[in-house]
Amino acid sequence: MFTKWKTSISIPQLITISSPVILLIVWEVLSQTAIIDPRFFPAPSLIITTLIDMAKSGELFDHVSVSLTRILFGFILGVVPAIIIGLIMGMYRYFRFFFSPIIMIFMPIPTLAMLPIILILFGIGEFSKMMTIAISVFFPVVINTAAGVSNIDKIYMDVAKNYQANAKDFFFKIALPGAMPVMLEGIQMGQAIALLTIVAAEMIGANSGIGYLIWMNYKAFLIPQMFVGLLLISFFGYLFSLLLRALEKKLLPWK
Amino acid sequence: MSKILIKGLSKRFIKREKYLDALKDIHLEIKEGEFVCLLGPSGCGKSTLLRILSQLETPTSGTIQISQSQKNLPLQSMVFQEKGVIPWLTVEDNVAFGLKMRHEHPKKIKTITKEYLYKVGLQQYKHLYPKELSGGMKQRVSIARAFANNPEILLMDEPFAALDEQNKFILQEELLSIWQETKKTVLFITHSIDEALLLADRIILMSSQPGTIVKDIPISLPRPRTIEDVRSSKELTQIFIDVWDHLQREVKENREHLSPENA
Repeated sequence: MFTKWKTSISIPQLITISSPVILLIVWEVLSQTAIIDPRFFPAPSLIITTLIDMAKSGELFDHVSVSLTRILFGFILGVVPAIIIGLIMGMYRYFRFFFSPIIMIFMPIPTLAMLPIILILFGIGEFSKMMTIAISVFFPVVINTAAGVSNIDKIYMDVAKNYQANAKDFFFKIALPGAMPVMLEGIQMGQAIALLTIVAAEMIGANSGIGYLIWMNYKAFLIPQMFVGLLLISFFGYLFSLLLRALEKKLLPWK
Repeated sequence: MSKILIKGLSKRFIKREKYLDALKDIHLEIKEGEFVCLLGPSGCGKSTLLRILSQLETPTSGTIQISQSQKNLPLQSMVFQEKGVIPWLTVEDNVAFGLKMRHEHPKKIKTITKEYLYKVGLQQYKHLYPKELSGGMKQRVSIARAFANNPEILLMDEPFAALDEQNKFILQEELLSIWQETKKTVLFITHSIDEALLLADRIILMSSQPGTIVKDIPISLPRPRTIEDVRSSKELTQIFIDVWDHLQREVKENREHLSPENA
């Protein structure tokens, strides 16, 4: 039995797994023995049973699917124009000169601070939540895409020119694939920001979603239910970054 | 009939108030099928001359002419230094790059690419990405890409400079054998005298600042040549010494030129 363990899990993997496991055990023990107040820090086992109960009643899926829908569409709404504008900025310096100041003006403003304006512009429906995510995702992606294009080694531009690539071929064979690695880093960043934004936005101005779930249960002093919300965010954050990493492997076989 | 005709070519780079004459009054005629090596110290403008011929740079004055034997053929293709292989394309797509950019018929692209992959011995590596290749293999890709494009003339910018000695000899011989099959006109930049002696029909010796042609040396050693032939020929040994002297003087003069007293 022992030898089998040894062959399937390496020491670094074991250490990596050990830290969250230790955290959970310590938390469980401290909470069960009431060394930390179990009203504010319920034991992990209780949080899990609460999660199962909430899943059974169906309310969990409603909140999760609402948040995921907002994230998905908001993400697309932000990433697509960001990639297009970023590529154009990277390829043509006059566009870069033109767009840079506008981006610099809006980038430092937290998207949440713009929530009132977003609500005025897009109403209180689903679309305004998607737009909130779209705006927050837009900036890291547009900046990384532009940087990705301008960091492409000049020699590939020379190769493309020497072999008479037209504008369309240059875009698809040189600019886009050459910018891809840095662009995907921007998308990875955008993904983290999207999650951050949606939870905060749902806490402020929504009546559904994971953020709403956390805030409402806190107000109602249903602390285990609140922790379920936190657990879900952590889980989806991890899942998204796994998905993006898989996408990266698929898109960048040459790296 | 000349294949490449360069008349009164000059190139001046201007940076703020300063300027640099990279090339001054270059006259050069290269015949169809000739293999010409441009030899000179670094900074003598030989790369600039190549970049002007490849239309990546425009001359300040003078004209260049590359005669077109067939319509639809590209005028020139460049074999770049080692980094010139595109990392996100496979070996096969790199070799096919020129043909694809000119939107040749897919069937034609496939046959020509296959032919040149075979010629440089990379057919079993065609699905690999450049990161998986050695420096020598990358340069084979670069050479195959240029020949597959079937240009009027080939321009080579120190393609073997980054390779170790053994690989360099192997690739030089491979290049010569492909060249002898295709009979293309080649303009090849190098700073290695040995390389020039082995490859060239003519060596054009350049001097720097401003870049000018100082000597035009025909190499009459019969082909196919080996490095042993080059080393054992008395005539070529004499040429080697002459060229070596010239380059030494150039480098020395430049150093004096750059020393603080004269600055």
